[in-house]
Amino acid sequence: MAGTAAVRVRGLTKRYGQVEAVRGIDLDVATGEMFGFLGPNGAGKTTTIKILCTLTQPTAGSATVAGHDVVAERAAVRSRIGLVFQEPTLDGYLTGEQNLRFHGELYGMPRPLLRRRIDEVLAMVGLADRRKDLVQTYSGGMRRRLEIARGLLHAPAVLFLDEPTIGLDPQTRTAIWEHIAALRKAQEITVFVTTHYMEEAEHCDRIAIIDNGQIKVIDTPEALRGGVGADRVQIRTDDDRAAIAQLRERFGVSAAMHEGMVTFAVPGGAEFVPRLFRELGVGIVTVTVTRPSLDDVFMAHTGRTIRDAEKGSNKGAPHPFQLAARRR
Amino acid sequence: MTADSETVTASVRTDRPAARPVVGGIAHELRATAVVWRREMIRFRHDRARVGVMLLQPLLFLFVMGTGLASIVDTGGEVAFTTFLFPGVMAMSVLFSAAFAGISLVWDREFGFLREMLVAPVSKFAIILGKCLGGATAATLQSLVLLALAGLVGVPYHPVLLLQLLGLLFIGAFLLTAVGVLLSARIKQLQAAMPTSQLIIMPMMFLSGALFPIANLPEWLAVLTRLNPLTYLVQPMRGAIFQRLDLPASAWAALDPSLTWFGWPVPAALQVLVAVAAALVVLVIAVATFDRTD
Repeated sequence: MAGTAAVRVRGLTKRYGQVEAVRGIDLDVATGEMFGFLGPNGAGKTTTIKILCTLTQPTAGSATVAGHDVVAERAAVRSRIGLVFQEPTLDGYLTGEQNLRFHGELYGMPRPLLRRRIDEVLAMVGLADRRKDLVQTYSGGMRRRLEIARGLLHAPAVLFLDEPTIGLDPQTRTAIWEHIAALRKAQEITVFVTTHYMEEAEHCDRIAIIDNGQIKVIDTPEALRGGVGADRVQIRTDDDRAAIAQLRERFGVSAAMHEGMVTFAVPGGAEFVPRLFRELGVGIVTVTVTRPSLDDVFMAHTGRTIRDAEKGSNKGAPHPFQLAARRR
Repeated sequence: MTADSETVTASVRTDRPAARPVVGGIAHELRATAVVWRREMIRFRHDRARVGVMLLQPLLFLFVMGTGLASIVDTGGEVAFTTFLFPGVMAMSVLFSAAFAGISLVWDREFGFLREMLVAPVSKFAIILGKCLGGATAATLQSLVLLALAGLVGVPYHPVLLLQLLGLLFIGAFLLTAVGVLLSARIKQLQAAMPTSQLIIMPMMFLSGALFPIANLPEWLAVLTRLNPLTYLVQPMRGAIFQRLDLPASAWAALDPSLTWFGWPVPAALQVLVAVAAALVVLVIAVATFDRTD
């Protein structure tokens, strides 16, 4: 599949009046890949998806999906993509099966194929026994699964999932991701998913971090974590102020108080700990060393946590990874 | 199409050979229209309670208001006032439910289903046509209950007459569903949808001659009735009923169901044509107004 991009975006820009929601995005998603779009609410994720799904037109730049231009070949794009929106788009007065049949008819699927596919996708998301029930009797998780089933019904080349687990409880969120994983084993499909849950982005082959309408970095979750280049060390000491001062003087490490602990970032955190015990002249009570999370990656690339970004604030104590990233 | 896109399409085909939907072409558009229509029918079946409630209003108009006003309205003695009122009340009930069927797109938008329809690889026209046909069919089916009561107000159960009435009601219902769709293209709030549709339907109703004869109206009112497309359905309905009643000239004079343009009596067929044309024009405007991206 090398060389064929399922999604190809060049210089994509979208302006709403004075506001630039998307500012010149470039990206390629390979066929069969699961690609994650990670960023806070309002970062431009949904706008980008809307453009890729032909629901809105870009102000500048271009994009192709499954080889077709999203502006010039809208019908071709539409028939090759599956969509699961952030907001529910089911008819509660229809049964699960009727919702699927409606979709298949709108997409012009041959009837015998449609009947077979309805059975297949309902089985895939575990809703076969509820197919005859009105959707208004479904739980939130079941509705979401039905929407995913519907997005897959016409065997799209690319499946877009816009915040597929938003508003669901943690257990259901896990179940949804298991369904997505199973789906990718069952058939070759490119999945383009947006999320602002860090732990969910881990499921992706590659992640693009987007903030303020711009892509900050694109890489695998592993490489992104490695790119931070430092582990997070948190210690509780007898005298935190003295510990911070000594860390700066003896180790050249800038530490700050976070979550009630002296927190700093160093490469090879585990190897650093014995040295710390030997040379720090302050009594250490507890030590925690954590590998960088995607939260830290986000922080390193945008200078704020995703929660800060959603609150719209840039303030707060400097985060160790922000410092680490700036030093590099 | 670039070489690249060919490869992608080909790879998808080999992956799942039969699964590529047949897109484009008139057959696909017709299927889309049919399935949108079918959804309206399914929802109509689920909504029996609402249908019952909506029938109450015309019954009140016909038997309570009609009987009450009969004592002061001079119909020439040959025709009961309720007989005169019958086509008007029937049109009224059908048109209200039709307009609400059209305006239900605001609910479809609110609950997200509109988006499911608008992202499909079919034209807006196919979807909105299905919606209008569905709303019109449901409203016309609803009118069958009222039509069954025709005998109570002295309207004969003549099969041709019943078909004429149903046909005219269907055209009117289609027109009003299209008006409702047009409104919902512009109105995005649920709370605003109902009052706004009332604001449009009430004057259309009053100016159609549903509740009073339009033959001897003051000039300004006469002009307004001629500009109202509904007039071109209510008058032929009433005319069709009166033709089956074998009326004396005095009754015709009092309740004259004919319609004139600057003194020229407009043939019933042309009136119906005007109504059909109006319905199609509103449909086209509704399609053009509908924003694919919302």
